[in-house]
Amino acid sequence: MKALVWHGKEDIRYDTVSDPSIENPRDAIIKVTSCAICGSDLHLFHNLIPAMLPGDIMGHETMGEVVEVGSAAKDSLKKGDRVVIPFTIQCGECDQCRRGNFSVCQRTNRKGGLGDKAFGHRTAGLFGYTHLTGGYPGGQAEYLRVPFADTTHIKVPDGIEDEKLLFLSDILPTGWQAAVQADIQPGDTVAVWGCGPVGQMTIRSAILLGAEQVIGIDHLPERLSMAAAAGAITINFEEESVVERLNELTGGEGPHKCIDAVGTESHVNLGQPDTLIDRAKQMLMVENDRPHVLREMIYVCRPAGVISIIGVYLGLVDKIPMGQAMNKGLTFRMAQAHVPRWTGDLLRRIEDGQIDPSFVITHKVDLSQGPEMYATFRDKADGCIKVMLQP
Amino acid sequence: MPLTNLTGIARSDGDPRVEQKGPSSMSSADRLARALGWFSIGLGITELVAPGRIARALGLDDKAGLIRAYGVRELASAIPTLSVDKPLGLAARIGGDALDLATLATGLHRDNPKRGNAAIAIALVAGITLLDILAYTGVKAVHRRDPHSGERDYSDRSGLPRGPQASRGLARGDFDIPPDYRAEGQTADAVPHLVA
Ligand SMILES: NC(=O)c1ccc[n+]([C@@H]2O[C@H](COP(=O)([O-])OP(=O)(O)OC[C@H]3O[C@@H](n4cnc5c(N)ncnc54)[C@H](O)[C@@H]3O)[C@@H](O)[C@H]2O)c1
Ligand SMILES: [Zn+2]
Ligand SMILES: [Zn+2]
Repeated sequence: MKALVWHGKEDIRYDTVSDPSIENPRDAIIKVTSCAICGSDLHLFHNLIPAMLPGDIMGHETMGEVVEVGSAAKDSLKKGDRVVIPFTIQCGECDQCRRGNFSVCQRTNRKGGLGDKAFGHRTAGLFGYTHLTGGYPGGQAEYLRVPFADTTHIKVPDGIEDEKLLFLSDILPTGWQAAVQADIQPGDTVAVWGCGPVGQMTIRSAILLGAEQVIGIDHLPERLSMAAAAGAITINFEEESVVERLNELTGGEGPHKCIDAVGTESHVNLGQPDTLIDRAKQMLMVENDRPHVLREMIYVCRPAGVISIIGVYLGLVDKIPMGQAMNKGLTFRMAQAHVPRWTGDLLRRIEDGQIDPSFVITHKVDLSQGPEMYATFRDKADGCIKVMLQP
Repeated sequence: MPLTNLTGIARSDGDPRVEQKGPSSMSSADRLARALGWFSIGLGITELVAPGRIARALGLDDKAGLIRAYGVRELASAIPTLSVDKPLGLAARIGGDALDLATLATGLHRDNPKRGNAAIAIALVAGITLLDILAYTGVKAVHRRDPHSGERDYSDRSGLPRGPQASRGLARGDFDIPPDYRAEGQTADAVPHLVA
């Protein structure tokens, strides 16, 4: 089959690979109808996440049709079922799964020993990601083997196009969780850093959850226009001071809730000199991340407010003002999204016409154009916000 | 044996393996930049380890210290050249090339018995400079965020079929933040006698 394969930094190829096969009774194979490129894939593209191996198949936002089912998954899946696959693999039985903490499932990371060493404790297996999370082949391919398939799928009805359903795999529940874990209450001012696909979903979620004022922060005008389309107030951080503007919009008190939908690759620019220092340290391998957004959120957040981190961080971050955070009594919440915890509810909202996640797709192309689309998405070229690929 | 086969040991039986490589996300300019980055590392190490030999070969015996410093410079420009910020590294390399050429030019005077070597070195560096410039303009062109990107207007893409105003709080009707995600202390409920 064809697949997008990681070969090294900035080197993704459209390769011919062998077809996946069932290796465990709980496995299933799906024929991919649509998949997408995620901001998390860019961290892999930039080789910032350790323990990738040449030959790893990319992709964790995938949907398709079940073509083969292992004997132990037959009760919940059958050939022909239409499914969206969450980016997190979950067993559904361990203590964490039973608590709804699916992204830290204790059983699905097949390289759990690596996970234990790197993170202190293993986290869930993830598709198309580092070997620290199991190194499972991803879904930017014609076929995908889904491990623990009896519990790792979202059944979706016919009659709704892929475009509206695909993002149940990741960015819609991710944006929703970013808003939920900020404990958004009516009357809140919610600031969202980053108007990429995740930030866009976060903004819609915050609106649906009744935030009084939602503020989207980015520097790309086209992304800000998309944020404004949902009713967000926008701040272009290259044109104005984020801290001043946020204080202005909140009578000097700061946002109640601050959400980081940027993560480790904060934009490097002269106006934010700390990003230059972080970038240099990253090159010299003395710091893993560029945590400009964390610093800004802690500084501007209203005391006793909540910081919700959904952008991905990788390792050691420097110069985080814990003194400010501690003295202001901030609450921090963060996670890889616990996808299936929210997808039932969100699917209903899609069917009910409360949200239509297809708004974010700017590029819909053949899987074979994947390699160039990685560059286009990374370069923010051609007005690109979200790339959907079809084999 | 290609690395993809070697790393095959990390995969399980049902995992797909690469059979044939296809087109890459790297442009030829990206590849040239990568090659120049590695060249920088090789040259930098040589200049650091054997500056005296290089100096003698060029008839610039008094410049060994300078050549060692250039070695450090080569390594420093290799790091960004091999990183995602290639243009920065390549620009540094082009500046470095100019310094190299200026230094080598001092070896061209008549009484340098090795001036033939210096001339060859100049020709080589001039060639490398050309490649650096090609790589620099190449990666700049390939990874340009075209000026019209920012003019794209997505203000008709609300994603909220009922419109932003009617959607505000829509989910509240049937969704409460689950107890394990409640974070904000409700002070007014907790200490009513203090806020009355
Ligand atoms: N936790 C999860 O489960 C989960 C799931 C999916 C994605 N993610 C992460 O979410 C993040 C965003 O993903 P995406 O797909 O939207 O990626 P993206 O790269 O398209 O978007 C990031 C946006 O942040 C903007 N930005 C950069 N620096 C900024 C700054 N200082 N202030 C404000 N905005 C800034 C960029 O211009 C860009 O628009 C990534 O880190 C990704 O890995 C997390
Ligand atoms: Zn993702
Ligand atoms: Zn589990």
